[in-house]
Amino acid sequence: MPETTYLDAIREAMIEEMRRDPRVFLIGEDVGIYGGAFKTSAGMIEEFGEERVIDTPISEVAIVGAASGAALMGMRPIAEMQFIDFITVAYDMLVNFAATSRYRVGSPCPIVIRGPAGGGTHGGPFHSLNPEAMFMNRPGLKIVAPGTAYDAKGLLKAAIRDDDPVLFIEHKYLYRRIKEELPIEDYIVPIGKANVRRSGSDLTIITWGSMIYVADDAAAELAKDGVSVEVIDLRSIIPFDEEAILNSVAKTNRVIILHEAPLTGGAGAEFAARIAEKAFDYLDAPIKRVAALDVPTPYSPPLEAFYLPNRDKVLAAARELLAY
Amino acid sequence: MATDVVMPQMGESIAEGTVVRWLKKVGETVERDEPLLEISTDKVDAEIPSPANGTLTEIIAQEGQTVGVNTVVARIAAQGEAAGTGAPAATSPATAPVAPPPPVAPPPPPAPKPAPQPEAAAPAPQPEPSNPAPEQPRDLESAQPRDPDSLDERRRTKSSPLVRKIAQENNVDITRLKGSGVSGRVTKNDILDFMQRPTPPATPQPPATEQPTPRPPAMTFAAGENNRIEPLSVMRKKIAQHMVLSKQTSAHVTTVFEVDFTNIDKLRRQHKDAYAERGAKLTFLPFVIQAIVAGLREFPVINASMDESSVIYHRDLNIGIAVALDWGLIVPVVKNADEKNILGLSKAINDLGERARTKKLSPDDVQGGTFTITNPGIYGGLFGTPIINQPQVAILGVGGVKKRPVVVETKEGDVIAIRSMCILSLTFDHRLIDGAVADQFMARIRAIIEAGQFTL
Repeated sequence: MPETTYLDAIREAMIEEMRRDPRVFLIGEDVGIYGGAFKTSAGMIEEFGEERVIDTPISEVAIVGAASGAALMGMRPIAEMQFIDFITVAYDMLVNFAATSRYRVGSPCPIVIRGPAGGGTHGGPFHSLNPEAMFMNRPGLKIVAPGTAYDAKGLLKAAIRDDDPVLFIEHKYLYRRIKEELPIEDYIVPIGKANVRRSGSDLTIITWGSMIYVADDAAAELAKDGVSVEVIDLRSIIPFDEEAILNSVAKTNRVIILHEAPLTGGAGAEFAARIAEKAFDYLDAPIKRVAALDVPTPYSPPLEAFYLPNRDKVLAAARELLAY
Repeated sequence: MATDVVMPQMGESIAEGTVVRWLKKVGETVERDEPLLEISTDKVDAEIPSPANGTLTEIIAQEGQTVGVNTVVARIAAQGEAAGTGAPAATSPATAPVAPPPPVAPPPPPAPKPAPQPEAAAPAPQPEPSNPAPEQPRDLESAQPRDPDSLDERRRTKSSPLVRKIAQENNVDITRLKGSGVSGRVTKNDILDFMQRPTPPATPQPPATEQPTPRPPAMTFAAGENNRIEPLSVMRKKIAQHMVLSKQTSAHVTTVFEVDFTNIDKLRRQHKDAYAERGAKLTFLPFVIQAIVAGLREFPVINASMDESSVIYHRDLNIGIAVALDWGLIVPVVKNADEKNILGLSKAINDLGERARTKKLSPDDVQGGTFTITNPGIYGGLFGTPIINQPQVAILGVGGVKKRPVVVETKEGDVIAIRSMCILSLTFDHRLIDGAVADQFMARIRAIIEAGQFTL
C-alpha cells in the first residue's frame, strides 16, 4: 500500500467529498490554477473546474462571507485561508455571522474553514498561528486539529458533512513529514472524539496537532525510566472529549496539557479548569501545562526553538509531577 | 490582651488530644501555671497549666471533645480586660513537647519554625498486659513541630485531593505517614503501598482492602435498668487497639520458669529500712531489672524490634514497667536501666509509678522502651501470659513471690525447705525469637536471681 502524506490526506478528503456531493466546493486564494500555496489543492481545478475550485481576491472576509452565503443557500463550501493567521481578518464574518446563524435564524451554516497553522517552520509572527483558543469561546463553531494523516482525512470529511461551521486547523509542519497508509474505503473520524495514542498508568499528556509527536517522544523517553505515560490526542477542541480526559485523569492522577499555542489563555486553561472542576478528587499533583512562551512567534530559528514546547520541556514537567 | 489556651503537642506523632475535664469554670480567675484542664492523648494523660494570669473567659473545647494539636481550647483574659477581645496572643507553648509547659511562655512566634524535637517518635509503650503502640516506626513521620501554614507543611499534611480521598475512605491519617513526594508529601503510591502492607496500619481501623476479621455478633444490649452503657475513655480505646494490634502482629509464645527468690528476699529484708531512710521503697523489681539487663546483654535479640526485612538491635536497655491505674494502664520506661544501681532503679521505679498515678508523666517517660516487665503477681496471681508491647519482642511477667515447701538438693541429701518462690513468664515473639533462645535467656535470669549476688 502506498503511504499518503498528511497534505494529500487533506486533498483526497476534499476530492472525494466533491465527487460524492455536488454541493461541496473549494474557495480561497490561489487554490485553483496555482493549486494552493502548499499545493493542497493541486489538480483539483482540472477535475472540478473553476466553478467549484474558486480563486478569490486577497480578502479573507470576502472568502468567508461568500462561503457563508453559499452555505445558507444550501451549498457545502470549503474556505481555505492561505495561512490560518489571516482568519483574524474574517473573524467578524465567522464568529458573528456564520457561528450564530443556527441560533439567530434557525438555518445551519455548514462551512469548513481550513488552513495551515502552527510553527516550527520559521514562519515568524504572521505565519505560525495556532488559533484554537481565539475561537473556543464563540459558541456555534466547531474546532478540530488533526495530528495524523488518517485523522486529517477523516475529520475533514466529517467537517464537510457537518451542518455547523467547522474550523479545521491543519498543521503545516506535518504536511509532508507525516505519511501513513490510509484505508481505501470511505471513512470519517467523528468530531468530538479523542484518540488514546498510547495507554499508560502513571501520567497523562493531553495534546493535539503536531504536539502529539512531542508527547510520543517524551513518553518513550519516560518509559525507559519505567514511567507509563498515557498520550491522549484530543483531535477535536470543540466539542472536546471530556469523558476521555476525565477517564484518563481518574486512571493516572497526574496530567500535563501540552499545546503549541502560548500558555496564557490557551486552550489548556479550559481543559485544566474542567479537570479541576470534575476530577478534583482524582488529582495527586497539580495540573501542569506545557505551552509556547507568551510572546509572538519569533522569526529567528533559535528563538523559535526556544519559544516552542519540546520534548525536554515536557520531560521536565513530567519529572516534576512524578516527584511531586 | 487575651491569651489563647491551645491543645499542646504532647509528644511527637501526637495529632490530637481529648479534653477530659475542665478544672476551672468560665469566669473564674486562674494564675499562670495553675492546673486548668485535664487532657488525654494517645500517649499520656496530663494536667495542663494555665499559660497566663487572668480570667477564664471562654471554653471552646468541651469535656469529651477531641481536637487537633494547637487548636484553641479556651481563652484567658488578663485581669481587668473585657472578655472576648480575641487578640491573637498565642502565648501557650503550642509546640512544647511535654506537659506542663514551661512556666515562661515563649513569645508568640508569628511563623518561625520551632526547633526540631530531639527524638524520633517512638511508639509509646502502654501498659500490660500490654499494648503495642499503634505505629510502625518506619512508616511514621516523626512529627516535629512545624509551621502549620508553610507550603511544605501543607503539602505534607494535605497531600493531594486524591490522597485525601483515599485516606478518608480508608481511615488513614496521612500526617502520620512518611511520604516520598516533595516536602515529604504522601503520594498516591505511598498511601496505596501503606494500605497493602501486611503490617498493621497506623490507624486503628483496618483499610477497606483488608480482609475483615471475623467479629463477634454485635451487642444487642439496650441501656436500661439491667445495663449501663458508658463511652470508652480515650485510654481504654487505645489500650484496646494496642492489644489487638499486638496480637495481630506478633507470634506470641509464653515460657514459664519457677525461680527461687529466697536470696534476694533476704537482701531486700536486710536493706529495706536503710533504703526507706534514703527515701526509696525496696521491692523485688530492681533486682529483677538488673537480672534482665544482664540477660539482655547476653541475648541481644530479645532487646530488639523487627519488620518484614530486618531486625533492629537496640543498644539502649530501656525497661518499661507496667503500672496499673484506676482508670487503665500505662508503661513508663526506666531509661538506660543498665546504668543504674539498685538504689537508682528503686528511686526511678518509685518516681515513675507515682507520676503515673498523678498524671504527671511526660511523653518522654513512656517512649523508647526496648523491653517490658509487668507484674501479674501483685494480687497473688501465679503467673500471667502478657501481651507484647509493640514494637518490642518480649515481655516478662513477674508472678507473686510466695513461701513454698521446696525440695532442695544439698550435699547431705535432699531436704524439704521453705523457700520464697516466684514464677516468671516470658512472652516472646516467635517470629524473631526461637524457644531455645528464650529458654536460655530465662535460665540465665533464673541463675542470676537465685545466686543473689547484687551490690546494694
